[in-house]
Amino acid sequence: MYQYNAIDQTLVNERVAQFRRQTDQYLKGELSEDQFRALRLRNGLYVQTHAPMLRVAVPYGLLSAEQLRKLAHIARTYDKNYCHITTRQNVQYNWPKLEQVPDILAELAEVQMHAIQTSGNCMRNTTSDHLAGVCVDEIEDPRPYCEIIRQWTTLHPEFDYLPRKFKMAVSGALHDRAATQFHDIGLHLVKNDTGEIGFRVLVGGGLGRTPVIGQVIKPFLEKKHLLSYLEAILRIYNLFGRRDNKYKARIKILVRETGLKKFSALVDQEWLLIKDANELSEQQIEQIKSHFPVPAYEASANTDTSFELKKQQNPAFASWFKHNTTDHKVPGYRAAFISLKAPDSPPGDLTDSQLDAIADLSDRYSFGEIRSTHRQNLILADVKQADLFELWQKLDALKLATPNIGTVTDMICCPGLDFCSLANAGSIGVAKEINEALDDIDYIHDIGDLKINMSGCMNGCAHQSVGHIGILGVDKKGSEWYQITLGGSSENEASIGERLGPAVAKDEVTKAITTILDVYVKQRLEEESFLEMVNRVGVTPFKERVYAAN
Amino acid sequence: MQLIKDKQVIENKWHFLPDDTNLETGAITVSANRWQKDREQLLKHTGTVGVRLSPSNSVDEIVNDLNGIGLIELDFPDFADGRLFTFAWLLRNRYNYQGEIRATGHFMSGQVFYLSRVGVNAFALEKDEDVNASLEALNDFSVKYQ
Repeated sequence: MYQYNAIDQTLVNERVAQFRRQTDQYLKGELSEDQFRALRLRNGLYVQTHAPMLRVAVPYGLLSAEQLRKLAHIARTYDKNYCHITTRQNVQYNWPKLEQVPDILAELAEVQMHAIQTSGNCMRNTTSDHLAGVCVDEIEDPRPYCEIIRQWTTLHPEFDYLPRKFKMAVSGALHDRAATQFHDIGLHLVKNDTGEIGFRVLVGGGLGRTPVIGQVIKPFLEKKHLLSYLEAILRIYNLFGRRDNKYKARIKILVRETGLKKFSALVDQEWLLIKDANELSEQQIEQIKSHFPVPAYEASANTDTSFELKKQQNPAFASWFKHNTTDHKVPGYRAAFISLKAPDSPPGDLTDSQLDAIADLSDRYSFGEIRSTHRQNLILADVKQADLFELWQKLDALKLATPNIGTVTDMICCPGLDFCSLANAGSIGVAKEINEALDDIDYIHDIGDLKINMSGCMNGCAHQSVGHIGILGVDKKGSEWYQITLGGSSENEASIGERLGPAVAKDEVTKAITTILDVYVKQRLEEESFLEMVNRVGVTPFKERVYAAN
Repeated sequence: MQLIKDKQVIENKWHFLPDDTNLETGAITVSANRWQKDREQLLKHTGTVGVRLSPSNSVDEIVNDLNGIGLIELDFPDFADGRLFTFAWLLRNRYNYQGEIRATGHFMSGQVFYLSRVGVNAFALEKDEDVNASLEALNDFSVKYQ
């Protein structure tokens, strides 16, 4: 993975020193609340319901064992022994003390990490495919381009005070696992007619209050123009994006109000003036690519037959293998998901001892690297099939082997009212209740691929509008209610979920979900997934049952 | 008001004239709107003339006259309005403006490094106690990515 050079390290160290001084100024009363707010947000620090929340950047979801141990150390030393994986593949701490945040950032800098631009109206952490570099359907590994973008966006002097936050994602595979259609800018590595690889550029996608599917603004962008084209889009957005209403300030609104054609013409006009002076050279790209070498895979890894035998002997292992591991481009290897969705644990949470243990497992089984996913799980991406049984046993002992990846209990869930000051409703508690109701793993497996996303407010941090089932917490006269949507998807066939009907009360959510599942199980065609069925029959059959039952 | 220019504290010799006041001699700045309206007269002015841009203006309003403009003020109504960062970048890099570009109004010391990177070389500070913090902040980083 990418290793800092002297420039990267100096920059991060100087950022820590800068924020330490700004924190001192604030504590001495020299900065107003508003001023410090803007500065702390750009260092990942929110003020939440109980305490500050610190969001640490995990660029494109890639972590080393050493970094994981540092995250464990921080959880132990500065927090309540746990952290949380976010839908931007980042890590959050819910209980740091404001005065200690500069120390935490200094600790992070020791392992080439930071919290720069993980919040605030600026360019955020670039996310990517969690199976980048190992998946079977890849056109090209997107991570070097993510790193190029990471560097370009980090402390960009012109674009740190944008109208609103700005998110980018890069995918390099045929199957879009990075939700690129729901980002301010989505980049897709594609091959053109002559076999050259470049980017298809999408703009104006986004979730939140007004979910919008991004539109193609450039069907094919040569790699050398990547940064100049991003710069052109950002400059137009910075100049013309709305600043009068924060709910209309995202680039999706500018694109909609301007019209894609005109917006695209403005961008091109700007781009023509800067593109030749800002080309990425082949050497620059190769230099970054050299940080992502192919690991030392064993050529004989696929000769192992022990894991097949173990599968036959041990149904629990077989189930985990089926649901929590996935194909790898190298024969004899699998990518193994670490489920952070155990029934009795808040979705996406990890304890310090789990973090340390996973770091050890990654050293032993997966070249010392770990990935975080936007569905709030972790992955060991390069595990030999011969090691899978041993890995499973160890994960199982850590309560990290719930065989539910991609199933109904692999819910995306925001921290909700329990932690977040924006939330209107709880989400962790509801997730727990749904989980408890779905305690039959065979039933869960029978339901198959079904993504539930649940957010505690309109801001939609858990991407409820693109959940196959979306659950959105709303406040109704001081009590917690939940709107249910069906048929959303953030993958290739991107769609925004359709509302089932009026919001349901908190104590009826679980019943509504189990009813929806029941309708699916009874009315599906053979081999038909939940999403396919919703696309076929619409929401009506579900609606009739849910509201009849209530 | 204290003024930092090119990392030195210096005395301010410029004077902003509100739109409804008569022209004065010496170094004066006027709003972009007044520049548009009284352009001919201002170009003949015996003293030096600067123009104050707000985010609601556009650099296009003055780019043809940059030779006759001795100072460009970028006036922050609110530190969060980042349009002026792009204005500065355009003036320095696209239109090659060589004169003083001064940040005025409600920016904060935590922004002066970025402002200096996009071409602002002078800072009119609202509070005297911001001088040291701003001078220090101008040296926040010794490296850059862009």
